[in-house]
Amino acid sequence: MGLFDIFRRDRKKNTANVAKERLQILIAHEHSRAGAPDYFPEMRDEIMDVIKKYVAVDDKGLNVKLEKGDDYDVLELNITLPERR
Amino acid sequence: MSKVIVVTSGKGGVGKTTTSAAFAAGLASKGHRTAVIDFDVGLRNLDLIMGVERRVVYDFVNVINGEATLRQALIKDKRVDNLFILPASQTRDKDALTKEGVESVINELKTDGFEFIVCDSPAGIEKGAFMALYFADEAIIVTNPEVSSVRDSDRILGILQSKSRAAENGDVIKEHLVITRYSPERVDMGDMISLEDIVDILSVPLLAVIPESGSVLQASNSGVPVIMDIKSRAGQAYMDMTARFLGEDIPHRFLDIEKKGFFKKLFG
Repeated sequence: MGLFDIFRRDRKKNTANVAKERLQILIAHEHSRAGAPDYFPEMRDEIMDVIKKYVAVDDKGLNVKLEKGDDYDVLELNITLPERR
Repeated sequence: MSKVIVVTSGKGGVGKTTTSAAFAAGLASKGHRTAVIDFDVGLRNLDLIMGVERRVVYDFVNVINGEATLRQALIKDKRVDNLFILPASQTRDKDALTKEGVESVINELKTDGFEFIVCDSPAGIEKGAFMALYFADEAIIVTNPEVSSVRDSDRILGILQSKSRAAENGDVIKEHLVITRYSPERVDMGDMISLEDIVDILSVPLLAVIPESGSVLQASNSGVPVIMDIKSRAGQAYMDMTARFLGEDIPHRFLDIEKKGFFKKLFG
């Protein structure tokens, strides 16, 4: 490392750390989707349709997650209902 | 007892063929009867990297289709004893590979006494890549210290763990990570993901780190597996990789910044 590298290093962002953080988040997200059954997206849409019939929720308000346990999986539905007036 | 080893990565251009050629040559040079198969049907390149492109008469698909015997299609390396290359077809597409066909070729290699069968996977997650990994006992995941390569490696690990024959039978494929084009200088500058972070993200045991080296291009220019360039850092790193794979306990090299001498510092 030369003398001028000291100045260069401070000015430049550590992009390797940015890469690491982005990868960790992305891969965790992709893993949570992996292993879900093929019917999963369709089921999600149908559940969404049923809920919409009764309550005005938008797509962002519904979060469906499948968590893998050792001997059982957990299907988690998280629905954000519209604010009460 | 023969072992089928797939060299795979998901992403293209990270060094699968370079690694397959070097690793197969390394195993053979250690006295193990080794066959290396090019699964990239339609875009064969292993023949070129191994320098046998002018000796290809029959290929993998010919053998599967019964148009040639395995013995006719296998090319014996002239530099290393025990090393044989099975080239891919250049004119067919990947649908020419069938599970039954691939299995019969692998079984015949096993009966012929091949100790190691190295499967050089094509990029992607399509049929060719699937066929290359389906029968594997062990997998070598080749990754560059770069975001898209790491992500694709993670994808291919998922496929290995769910779609391979081993997975179907409830067995586990032994996984090994090989990081190629590594530059300790750039890691130190904060420009490149460190090997510790890659191992942490992928959670696969590290087999080898191959330093970025001009000798890889020179070797491919000349059609010589880079492991035969024993003076080059990449060649030595592949030699270490082979020895480690065979169970030798060898420390990793080329992970730290090369110390520059006084004159090098002065003149660069």
